Parts: sequence; C-alpha cells; structure tokens
Amino acid sequence: MATETRTTADSPLVAPGHTTATVTDKIAAVVLQSTPRWFYPAFGASFGLLMLFMYAVTILFAKGVGIWGVNNPAGWGFAIVNFVWWIGIGHAGTLISAILLLLRQKWRQSINRFAEAMTLFAVACAGIYPILHLGRPWLAYWLFPYPATTGVWPQFRSPLIWDVFAISTYALVSLMFWYVGLIPDLATLRDRTQNRIARVVYGMMAMGWRGSAAHWHNHDTACILLAALATPLVVSVHSVVSLDFAAGLIPGWHATIFPPYFVAGAIFAGFAMVITLAIPLRAAFGLHDFITERHVRNMAKVMLATGLIVNYGYAIEIFIAWYSGNEYEQYMLTNRVLGPYRYIWYSLILCNVVATQFLWSAKVRSSAVAVWVVSMFINVGMWLERFVIVVTSLTRDFMPSAWGMYYPTRFDYFTFFGTIGLFLSLMFLFVRLLPMISIFEIRTLLPKARAKEKSA
Amino acid sequence: MSESDRTDAARYWRGLEERTPDAALQVQLRPEFTPQADVAPQGLDRRHFMQVMGASFALAGLGACTRQPVEELVPYARPPEDLVPGRPLYFATALTLGGFASGVLVESHTGRPTKIEGNPEHPSSLGATDRFAQAALLDLYDPDRSRAVLHLQRIRSWEAFLQVLEPALEAQVPLQGAGLRILSGSSTSPTLAAQMQRIRARFPQARWHRYETVSRDGLRSATLAAFGRYVEVRYDFSQADVVVALDSDFLTTGPGCVRYAKDFMARRRVREGQYGMSRLYCIESTPSATGAVADHRLSLPPAQQLACAFALAFECGVHGTGVLGPAGAGDLEKWRQIIGLDLREHAGRSIVIAGDESPVELQALALAMNQRLGNLGRSVIVSEPIEVEPTSHIGSLRDLVQDMRAGQVELLLVLGGNPVYDAPADLDFTAAMAKVPLRAHLAFAEDETSESCHWHLPLAHELETWSDARAHDGTVSVMQPLIDPLFGGKSMHELLAVVAGDKERNGIDIVRRTWTERLGADFDTRWRRILHDGVVAGSEEPLLPLELQRDSLTQLFLGVASDLAPRLERRNDSLEVVFRVDPTVHDGRFANNGWLQELPKPWTRLTWDNAALLAPATAARLGLANEDMVELEQGTRKVRAPVWVLPGQPEDVVTLHLGYGRRRVGRVGTGAGFDAHPLRTSAGLVHASGLRLRPTGEQVKLACTQLQHAMEGRHLVREGSLSEFRDHPHFAQEMGHGVHAPTSLYPGFEYEGRAWGMVVDLGACTGCNACVVACNAENNIPVVGKAQVRKGREMHWLRIDRYFEGSAEDPRVVQQPVMCMHCENAPCEPVCPVGATSHGKEGLNEMVYNRCVGTRYCANNCPYKVRRFNFLQYADQETEVLKMLRNPDVTVRTRGVMEKCTYCVQRINQTRIQIKKEDRPLRDGEILTACQQVCPSDAIIFGDINDPNSKVAKLRQQPLHYGILEELNTRPRTTYLARVTNPNPERGAAAGHAGDVRGH
Repeated sequence: MATETRTTADSPLVAPGHTTATVTDKIAAVVLQSTPRWFYPAFGASFGLLMLFMYAVTILFAKGVGIWGVNNPAGWGFAIVNFVWWIGIGHAGTLISAILLLLRQKWRQSINRFAEAMTLFAVACAGIYPILHLGRPWLAYWLFPYPATTGVWPQFRSPLIWDVFAISTYALVSLMFWYVGLIPDLATLRDRTQNRIARVVYGMMAMGWRGSAAHWHNHDTACILLAALATPLVVSVHSVVSLDFAAGLIPGWHATIFPPYFVAGAIFAGFAMVITLAIPLRAAFGLHDFITERHVRNMAKVMLATGLIVNYGYAIEIFIAWYSGNEYEQYMLTNRVLGPYRYIWYSLILCNVVATQFLWSAKVRSSAVAVWVVSMFINVGMWLERFVIVVTSLTRDFMPSAWGMYYPTRFDYFTFFGTIGLFLSLMFLFVRLLPMISIFEIRTLLPKARAKEKSA
Repeated sequence: MSESDRTDAARYWRGLEERTPDAALQVQLRPEFTPQADVAPQGLDRRHFMQVMGASFALAGLGACTRQPVEELVPYARPPEDLVPGRPLYFATALTLGGFASGVLVESHTGRPTKIEGNPEHPSSLGATDRFAQAALLDLYDPDRSRAVLHLQRIRSWEAFLQVLEPALEAQVPLQGAGLRILSGSSTSPTLAAQMQRIRARFPQARWHRYETVSRDGLRSATLAAFGRYVEVRYDFSQADVVVALDSDFLTTGPGCVRYAKDFMARRRVREGQYGMSRLYCIESTPSATGAVADHRLSLPPAQQLACAFALAFECGVHGTGVLGPAGAGDLEKWRQIIGLDLREHAGRSIVIAGDESPVELQALALAMNQRLGNLGRSVIVSEPIEVEPTSHIGSLRDLVQDMRAGQVELLLVLGGNPVYDAPADLDFTAAMAKVPLRAHLAFAEDETSESCHWHLPLAHELETWSDARAHDGTVSVMQPLIDPLFGGKSMHELLAVVAGDKERNGIDIVRRTWTERLGADFDTRWRRILHDGVVAGSEEPLLPLELQRDSLTQLFLGVASDLAPRLERRNDSLEVVFRVDPTVHDGRFANNGWLQELPKPWTRLTWDNAALLAPATAARLGLANEDMVELEQGTRKVRAPVWVLPGQPEDVVTLHLGYGRRRVGRVGTGAGFDAHPLRTSAGLVHASGLRLRPTGEQVKLACTQLQHAMEGRHLVREGSLSEFRDHPHFAQEMGHGVHAPTSLYPGFEYEGRAWGMVVDLGACTGCNACVVACNAENNIPVVGKAQVRKGREMHWLRIDRYFEGSAEDPRVVQQPVMCMHCENAPCEPVCPVGATSHGKEGLNEMVYNRCVGTRYCANNCPYKVRRFNFLQYADQETEVLKMLRNPDVTVRTRGVMEKCTYCVQRINQTRIQIKKEDRPLRDGEILTACQQVCPSDAIIFGDINDPNSKVAKLRQQPLHYGILEELNTRPRTTYLARVTNPNPERGAAAGHAGDVRGH
C-alpha cells in the first residue's frame, strides 16, 4: 500500500477534459436518467434470489436448523461459512474510506462510495446468518446486554458476544461514515432532479446542505473524525470474528495467527468484491473516466499484497502443524490435504494461491478483464477457505468415533444464494437511487482543483 | 344414492366367493372389498348427510355407554399413606423374554410406570437389567399397540369374541378337544402350567404347541441325548477360570445373561495387587458382543467351528470325538492344544458353553466336555427343566402344520408370537393355518399373524398383567400390574381361563388360585411378601445329580462327524449363511420399539436396519461394498439385502439377522430392514450352506453411527495384557501425553463440598447397550429416526464407541462408553454466549435448557463430542400416550436446544433433598446414575471424589486409571480404567495383547 504514494505522477485519476460540471452531470445522470433496459432483468434476477431467500428462511423458522446439513460433529456449516465470507467482503469499504483517507490516497475517491455501500450490504448479509443459525432464533436478543428482569447477562467470555459488539459497532460506524459522505451529493441530486417526490426525499436526506464554507469545514472534520473512529475497526472486526475459531480448541481453529491472517484475508476478499462489482458497473454506466485503469491497477496491487499475507498464513499453518509435533494438528493437515474434503482444499489453493500470482504481471494488472477474472477466483477461494476452516476442521477432530461428514442440503444453498440475491438487490437499488461515485470528491481530483490547492 | 339403489346393489355379487359364507375366504377377500367401499361414490347429498350425521351422533352417544367393569373405586378422600405427588413408588415384578423372567423394580409416578430397574433380590438381575427390559417401557406406551378386539379387521368386543369362542369350545367337548390347538412361545409360568393341566382335563385330545425363533431346541435335544430327558443347564461363572464360548453370547443375550455378565466380570476385576483373572476363548461363526470381550477370538465358518469343537472335545477326552482326526490347518491344531490344555488344567473350574441358537451337536459337545472336565455340578449346573412342559419347538410346530394341513384343527389359539412371520419358510405355515376354520391371535399389536387370523385379541403388556414366571435358575416371581391395561388388553391367562372353563377369569384371581394352592396356610402374609420382594425365596431349582449317557452321545457324535467331513471341503462358488436373532430388535417383537431400533448394534454400529454381513475378503472377492444391494438365493428362495462389510466376520459366511423386514408393524418398524426368514428352513434354522449371492447393482442407505473404525493412534481406549499390567501397573497412564501443569490467569475452581465423578471400567464393559437404553428412558431422550441418524444427529447422551485393531480379517475390537466428561476446565462453558452451560458448585457441567439459544458453539468446542442438539423438534409432544412415558423429573426438550449427559442430576438432587431432611451425610453408592444402575457388569461407578473413602475416589487412585484427551487440560471428571485382557501366555505373550488371534 505504501508503494502507492509513488504513483502520484502516474496517469491521472480522472480522464482529461472533465470540468466540475461534466463530472456532476455524468455521475448524477446514472441516478437521474431513465432506467436502462438491462436493469429490469438484472434486478429481477437478484430479486428472485431474494425471494428464494425469504422462502428458505420461512421454512427454517417453521422447522428448525435441521433442514440444513449441520449435524453432530459439524455444528456449524454453510451459515457460519457465509457469515465469515460476507463479513470479509465487508472489509474493503472501511479500509478504503478510513485508512486510505487518513493516508491521503486520492485514488480512493472514485471507488469509496460504492465500496462503502457494498460494505454495508455485505455486513447486512453477514449479520443475518448468526441469527438464522440459532436453534431458537427468536431468542437472539439474549445475546445483547440488556437489563433483563431475570438478572441474567450474556456471558462475556464467549467470542460470540465479542462478535455481537464488533459487528454491530462496525455496521453503525460504516453506516454513519457512508451517510455523512453522501450529504453533499444528496444536495446535488436534490438540486438537479426534476421529480418532485425525489426532490423532497433527497432534500430531507441532505439535511439542509447548502454548500457553505462552514458546512464544508464541518463536513471535512466529521469525515476525518469518523475515519479515525473507523480505522481500528478495520483490524478489530475480523480479528474478533477469527477469535470465534481461535478461542476454540479444535485443531484447525486453535491458532494464534488467525487474527492477522483473517484481517488480511478480509481485505483481500473485500477488494476482490469491489473489482467484481466496479468493472461491470463501469461498463454499464460508461464511467471509465472516473474509474480508470489506474484504479484497477492499484486495487490489483492491494489484492496481491494482502493475498501474499494470506498465502503466508497458509504456509504458517502447515509449518506449525508439523513443527508443533502435536498429533491432532498434524492430522488436521493430513485431513485437509488427503481427507474427504481434499478437493475443497485443492480448489482453495488454486483460487487463492495460484490465481493471485498472476497479479505479479503488469500486463494482467492493466487488463480489466483479467483482473476481474482473478477477483472472481478470489471470491470463490475465500469462501472455500472458510469452508475448510469451519467444516473440514469440525468433521474430524479429537475422537475418531465421532467423526462424520457434512453435506449441505438444498436449503443451505437456497440461503446462500438468497443472501447473494439480497446483496445484489440492494446494490442495484443503490446504484439507481444514490450517486455511486462521490461527486464532490471527484471534483477535487480535477486539475483545476489541484491547481487551486497548490496555489493556496 | 337413494334407498332403492342401495338395496339393488346389495343383490348383485361380484363373484362366487362373495356369496360363500366361508370365513377363510372372507379373510382373503378382505383387501379387495374393504368395508364402506361401495358407499357414496359421488359425494353426499343433503339428505344422506343428515342421515349419516344423525347416525354418527347416535353412535357417539352409544359409544359412551360402554359398560365399565364393576370394581371398587376408592377416592383419594384420604390419600394412600405412601403416595406423595412427585415422589415415585417402586413395585417389584418381572419381565420375561423367551419365557424366562428377570426381576425388575418399576418406578411409578402417580400410577404410571416411568422407569424399570433391576430387582436386587432377583437372581437373574441382582439389580441390573438388559437392554430389552429397559425398553419394555416404551413398548407399554407404544401408540401402535392394538386397542380393540378385531374380527376380520372390524372392531368387536371381547364379549363378542367369547360368544364365538365358547360355542366352539363346547363343540370340542364331545371330541375331547381333538380339534383344539394352542400355539405359544416358551413359558415358565406356574399359573400357565396349572391352566394347561385344567385344559387337558377338559380336552384330553387338545394339544399345546410351542414355537419361538430362539427356540433353544439345540440345548433341549442335547440334554435329551446326554441325560435321556429334558433338563435345564445353567452356569456359575463365578466358579470359572477358563470359559470357552462356542457361538455363545452369554454376556448379553439369553436367559440369565445379566447374572452371567455380573459373575463373569467379577472374576476379571484386576486392581493393583489383585491379579486373579479368568480367561475367555470365543470360537464363533459370526461376531458377537461376547466375542468382543474375549481374550482370544476364533472366527470360523460353522463347519470349521464344529470341527474345532470336535477337536477340543477330543483334547478333553470326550468319547466318540476322535473320528475327525486333526483339526485341520496347523494354526487350528495349535489352538486345539492350547485351549485343550488350558481347559484340562482348570478341570472343574471351567465352562464350555454353546449359544442359545446353536445346534444340537455343538450343545452336546459342550455338555460332554463339561462332564469330562468335571464341571457338572460345579460351574455347570443341571437341574429339572424350568420351562413348562419342555418340547422341541420345531418338532412341535411341524406337528401343528401337519395337523392343520390335514384339516384336523378346528380351533387354533395363537398366544403371542408371530408364526406367520417367523416360522421356517419350508413349513408354509400361513397356507396350513388358512385351513383352520376358526383362529384367533392374542397379540400385542396387529402383526402378520393377526392379519391371517379371524380374531385379533389385544394382549396386555407384562406391566399390565398378573402372572408369574421363573428365572434362569428356577426362582419364581409373581408379576403384578403397574397399571390397568391401557387399551383393554387381556393376558394369556385370561384367555386360557376361558378355554379351561374356569370360573376365575380375572388375572389376579387366576394367579391367586395357583398360589393359594401352592402357599397353603398363612396365604396373605406370604403373598404380600412375595409381591413385595418380587421373588419367592428359596425357589430355585436344585442341582440334579445325573449321569451322562455316554453311548447315545457317542452315537450322536459319530453321526454328526460323518456328515461333517464333506462340509469341511470348502466350495468356492457358494457361501454359508448363518442366522442370528438381531441384537437389538430380537426376533422382531421389538421392531416397533424406537429405543431399540435406534440402538447401535455391537460390532456394526448399525441402527434401523439389518444387513448381510460379509468378511472384508469375501466382499473384495465379490466386488461388494457397504450398502450394495444383493440378491441372496437359497434353493428356490430369494431375499434382497444390503451388504455390510464387517471385519471379523469369517470368510465366505453371510450372517443374516432375523427380526427385521416386518410387513405388518407399527409406524416405527415399518420399512426397517429386510426379512431373512424366507431363506430359513426347518433343516437350516441356524446355518445352511449353498447360499448364492448376486449383486443387483442397486444401493440402499444404511444408518451407521460410527464411520471411523480405527483409533488413528490416539490413546482413547487403553488396554494391556495381564502380564503387562503385573510388570508395569502404570502402563495406561504412560500411554497418554501427560497433563501439562495447569497454567491459568484465573484462580482454580474450589470444590469444597462434594465433587461428582465417574469411573468407567473398560475391562468390565461388555458393550451390551443396556446403559444406553436406560439413559434414554431416564432422561426422556427422543428417538430421531433413520434419516436423522444418517445425518449424524442421534441424540444418545451415552454412546458406546467401537474401534477395530489389527488386520481387517481378524481384528480385535474394543469398546468404550462415552458420556459427558464433566470437565473441570470444560471447553464448552466459556464459549456459550448466553451462559446456558455453566459450572456447578460440585463440578457438574450444567445445561440450562431454558437459556439455550442454540449456537452449537459448545458442541463444536467439545473435544469428546458428547453434546447433542435438537436440530428439529425431536421429542414427540403430540402423541397422548407417550406423555405418560416421560420421566417427570426431567425436562422434555424442544427444538433448538442443546443437551447432554447430566450425571442424572435429578437423581442427585433427589438424594440431596433426602439426606438434608434426614440430616445425615451422603452414603457412598446412594446415588446411582441410570447407566450405572442398569450395568450388569458394574462397569460404571459414580460418586463423590472428594470423599477419599468413596469407591470412585479409590478407583481414581488405581494405576489403571486414566482420562481421555487429558493433554487438552480439560481435567475430565469421567475417567476410565484401562482394559486388561488375559491372553494365554502360550499364545499371547509374543505379540503382547494385540491382534494375535488367527482363526484360519
């Protein structure tokens, strides 16, 4: 990441020829133009998946988690795999908005808005799972420390309680950050829309933004403060999630490397998902001027760097399994590589280790299509990684007599694809209702703005 | 449809059969012309609707007018002195299997039996029970029990039946009962004996036939050959230093098995400085639970096994057994010498025992060897028969079939049993029975036989019945009902009283009549004493001094030996089939019992199904794997069965378990397993050769609870030989990784008062599964069904792990009961987000069902994987009759809740309250967990480990004591005593204890 400062002299972050007016026109048009024809089938498909999700959840609540494949050695299955996967995806947003903001990485400005939105939606998808996977989901509120008449509090030693705090904090801070960042652009839309209802709604959401110097000053301060607040969360959320596993004693879970390894994995996955979404959206709305090849290159580099940390994590897991001399740890490794779920592990290595290495090549990094393909591999690979951690470890732990297999049922798949439907539906609505690229921040990237800054 | 249409329709008939008043034909026609099939095909018009509704209301009113029997009712104006709501009462009674009684104490909560325990006074029980007695409770409350007298599937009353039966009996009087036949299983009941005599007096020509799948015919015929008369043989394992079991599963099945396990294991209890131990050789044609315990197990096909028995008998000096020459291959020859020497060295202190299902030749060889070794009268006790009028079952059934076929039987009463299902295939019992003009079946539930009878009469459960029965040693128990028949069933005695024409027709009067005659003076006091104790003191059969008739035995041996020679020539193109009753559903009578269906069978760990068991080598040769469907062909008869490859099964032998594939059974047993009876003929009841096997290419799913056979080098079950133990007493503790010094930032938990702990003696465990069923019954553990077991969701709080060791052909098997370890550093406790599992003051790892939200994190984090989760709503909360089954002291769990072994906390608390009230300290052994109480071999010991004098604390000091996965610093409270085996040093020393047995 630090290498990025070097590239300021690189190609410009906004294509030449843009003025503040053209930037505003171009980005606001995505929202204000009439709905493009492709939007209906795309949104329809996503919404269909969302309905599948509603169906699966209805059956789930009616019958119980037994409709899934979870069983006695494998108390956790798809639900937790998906939870960790979505939480991981939800990491890029905060990283881009908070850490890169503090590091003054200008290139983040054209991708931060929808990366943050994506974060929120991914966290929403993730947050559903811990509730769905409960045996008695209607009692989920017992995990919150509220003053119950019973006088019983949650058990603060449990990593699941830490999860509750980490994720709810993360969701709230991300939401605030995203919303504060949206205010100037909401005002722009309010001013530009022809639709009366939209004007009222955007107007209320813009909270009376008039663009005065005092507004800008307060806005800047709020952003920096929120960034400082959000920065530790980038590290904390996935560290805490990793403790769900690291605090357990199952071989394959009980490892000190988990927190950093999970954080790196999360950023890895998050950037992969940003690329997965950004490149098709850019093509659909013709936003090549704002999300340039340079953005793609930078994101590819971040993926490469974090991917290498993840690969290091794999290597360390293997090394420690051998070096510890612990028979259970050693068997855990044997089981991953040669056990009944070995193909999952092989695919994981293919996706997360082999595919990542292509990003070393500058040629690959400059090709949007190639980077997109690699990002898809990483999306799959990160899901497989969580499957390996959760299921492969649980199905064969200490007592061979209790070993078993986990086979997902159709409801596992319905729920998984259902949350993808939820995610995409939210994403499509977001793209059509809010500016997917931060208009006011792009304006600051224009040569004119820069000249002003220099002279000031 | 108008009135006139209906009368018109009634004039027409669809075939000649319909006009024939022949009842037999009506039976056959029944499925085609179901009642009401011809009514209202196109819906109801208003008028008809009113008619039907009016009639229904009228009938509903009438139905409420069932005449209740006149009995005294005593209102609880002044409640009985002992009855305190919430406090159970215990009543002594007995349960029978194959006619033999095991004494039980039944826990009764406000009039409903909720748990069965062994009766410590009863010689077959001594306080423990087997799995069947534990499961009897579920049978009692089985919702699929028959609830009414049926005539041709239509509900009738008992009185209606009597109106048919009594004239039929009257008609038999002038014929002296020549057309009257009664078919039942074995019985030891003195009352039944008396009733049979009275029936004989009324109908001298009537005959009483006996048939059971486990007939014990072999033993009966062998005693006939050996002593010239029927006698009963029982064993005293406390007197035996060396035991040779020939296909005998004496530790877990058959009359007296509970007592045998107790006596046998008492002779194998080794502790520091106490090294006396008996030795067990098993020579078996299919793996049994007893074989798993054996010090040496030889797995041989039936013919080779018989040859081996001959060789052994020759070695012991039995006459007429030398004809066969050497016992075959070199290894077998060596075994003959080793076992023979061991037996001779322990003459008078050894036992040779053949299985209940074994054929006459094996039984006779065992008897002859026991006689030769001087065991008769010492460890092997011969007495007067205990059964009423012992007879050869197969002979008896054959006679009956002949008579029926000849049309000599006019009235057949089938008392219990299910001959249509389990009679040998070649007899064609069903067809023969169809010739009987009037046949009635007294049965617990509608089954295959009820279907083929005119009348089905509901049989009362033994817990609802007055009766009496005798133990394996002859001790008599009077059985008293715990509850009125739930569904109006009748006992056998009540039916037989009608046949005998007795005036006493009430269960209690019938049984009292027998006992009034027997007890004589001072009846009331003695009667009360008997009912209270559950046994008639001093009523066991004394030893019978009998001489063996050497000549007739020699004749028998010579005959068998000449037949055997060709059988020993192995033919590769065909297989041998061995039939066994199933270890969990027995002969099929428990097929509708969910607790037993879901009980993993020893060796295979299969539930809900039987399978064709094949040796790994045989399966490999035939290209078969687990769950492959095959067609088995014996002569012209065919059966389709799934394959299960079982290490330890003799090569080229297919074992089929009977009791499955019931066609007409309740909701639990329907669709479970395949019926092997079509292959079983009266000539090959136990085993037969010439079986052909053809793969069908299909697959079926079986539910096995343990997929992993090997221990993966982990030291979970630790065992050593006796000599190892003597030389290195601490061998078991040295096997582990040791415990790290506890390092923690937090202060340790202080256990100032009591600290509960449990020790499981692996050396004593027979894997009989009684503890698992007891746990089910005590703790309201739900049955989940085959599909859920296949998903790995069985709910057993206590499981018995089985591991193989050594080669696939001839493995040794070890078993380990695993329940919650109640760890002092329990990994499940800190991970629960809502604190639903917490650490009790006395070290119990407590589960708070109400608080559980079901994250399953605790189960994941449990290294022993003993936690069980209600993935769905498993407990049946709808079926009314099952509500009576539940233990009121234990919560019935709902879906989404975790559960696990609690060390029977409800029992701990009951005792805690009791001793507090009585203001006295806890006595060691006062609290028995359900698994401990039922264990026949005392393998489970529970108590306060803070009390240095408690049994459990002392066992924890034994060198054999160890905990599993202690290296995780869980500090388990459930710990184990390593298993010690006693292999013959001649054979076992070289390879230590492990894997040295080579059968062939």
